[in-house]
Amino acid sequence: MTDGVTSSELRRGVFPGLQLQTYADETTEPFWSAARHDRLVVPRCRECGTFRLPPLPICHVCQSEVTDWEELPGTGTVLTFTIVHHPLHPDLAAVCPYVSAVVDLDGTQGEGARILVNVTDCDPAAVSIGAPVRIVFDHVNDDMSIPRANLVADRPV
Amino acid sequence: MTIKDKAAVVGVGATPYYKRGQSYPQTELSMACRAVLLALEDAGLSVQDLDGFALYAQACEPAELAATLGVPEVRFTTMITGGGGASAGALGVAAAAIHGGMATTVVTVMTVQQRDRRLGGSSVGGQLTYGQAAMGISRPYTAFSSNSGLLGPGHAAALIARRHMHLYGTEREHFAEVCITSRDNAIRRPTALQTTPLSMDDYFNARMIADPLCLFDYTLETDGAVAVVTVSADRARDLRHPPVYVMGSAHGGIGRTGPLNWKWLQMPEDDLVSSGSRSAARRMYEMAGIGPADVDVALIYDNFSPMVIMQLEDYGFCPVGQGGPFVADGNIRWKGGSIPVNTHGGNLSEGYVIGMTHVREAVEQLRGTAVNQVDGAEVALVTGGTSLLPMSGTLLRKG
Repeated sequence: MTDGVTSSELRRGVFPGLQLQTYADETTEPFWSAARHDRLVVPRCRECGTFRLPPLPICHVCQSEVTDWEELPGTGTVLTFTIVHHPLHPDLAAVCPYVSAVVDLDGTQGEGARILVNVTDCDPAAVSIGAPVRIVFDHVNDDMSIPRANLVADRPV
Repeated sequence: MTIKDKAAVVGVGATPYYKRGQSYPQTELSMACRAVLLALEDAGLSVQDLDGFALYAQACEPAELAATLGVPEVRFTTMITGGGGASAGALGVAAAAIHGGMATTVVTVMTVQQRDRRLGGSSVGGQLTYGQAAMGISRPYTAFSSNSGLLGPGHAAALIARRHMHLYGTEREHFAEVCITSRDNAIRRPTALQTTPLSMDDYFNARMIADPLCLFDYTLETDGAVAVVTVSADRARDLRHPPVYVMGSAHGGIGRTGPLNWKWLQMPEDDLVSSGSRSAARRMYEMAGIGPADVDVALIYDNFSPMVIMQLEDYGFCPVGQGGPFVADGNIRWKGGSIPVNTHGGNLSEGYVIGMTHVREAVEQLRGTAVNQVDGAEVALVTGGTSLLPMSGTLLRKG
């Protein structure tokens, strides 16, 4: 499908990734540098405290460019999700069904700093809205660490 | 000063609709030209009159179309940004160009051939031709969505639909009712691509595509072209058909709706769990000076069945969150419904030409020539959505 992915590496439930380069720029590079070390670090407006993802250059609430990078606990809750059954690419037949979710990250205001992730290593039927998850990173190469999510079984819903 | 009643749609033209890829060896350009010529002929006009293009969703390139058709002088070319959400809004832009004195005879056309690309994100020849394209968002930022497995508009619709189900108790039976209503309407239309009756059992036996959406919740994949011609209200009265006046039109949405929505989803929740159309709907009704109770037939952009339910809410036909029970009560049925919806069968069952089949049906309803004619139809709503910003709505009135 893209550079670096072969059919033999495909695993059911794990979306292999479409963009295996970060194309990092000045506003996204700190996220990926931290991801390489399994840390979830997100930009936060120094003026009004709003977190933002993707890491855009300007705060969408107060339009300030002054930004701090803060490490988050790396947990969150599922805002919504879909179980993808139909492979849009033939190679994805080995991957479907897989779960894709929108996750509100703990430690942020949620909206505006959500993360879009593949939820892996679970029965798709076990995923629900409100389910607690932990963000994990798959270090596919020296540049890209794909964020995914795993269900957190030991946290009360 | 607005464009209310200043311009009218006076001609409609279309190619046949084809299952995706089946229009070959025609081209998108040849089909666009055919639709435009048929629309001009329908109006009693010719290429000698044509001087403007009000387009959307990168339908085609006016420079190429005008050269191919031999348009004597082009005075207006505008493409609304975004995707299919802007379809209805293009009529407003046409009316604005005419009312503003920039052009006299404006065509809006959509042409699509899904042989070398598929708009839903499916691969063609082993290549994902659309889903990975960085449309409206640059590469450093697609890195935050491209690896999530969200690949196409249907995935975003599934996410939004599930949240709607969670918040409001909307059920798959409600989505099914939208699909079955559309199919019932399509069955009687010779232009429709899907004319086999659809039952609730058929719906629940269909394969899941992106849970909670199954095969029937998705639009058809179609080839074809549809064009309409808009002129000033004064001029429209002397042409071949009764004018269909543009009463009000708006496009837009809140800024945080954002670019391609399966790559974004950062908007406030009341925008996320909606069709994104509320602000355009409000401005459209204000311009027209009417409300949803005055609409006789609604042609609602149905790329995915839950988006019909959310647009019924956003355009004020029922309260937010009540769209599911509203359709379950039969309100959108052609016969006996309080607001007949997609009397042509819509994208779900007639064909998908990125919103223009809805415009065509609105004109036929207001001329009184529709196959599934709504008795006494005087006002029609046409919408475009749900897609990336902008969404759009236009109210048309019988002349």
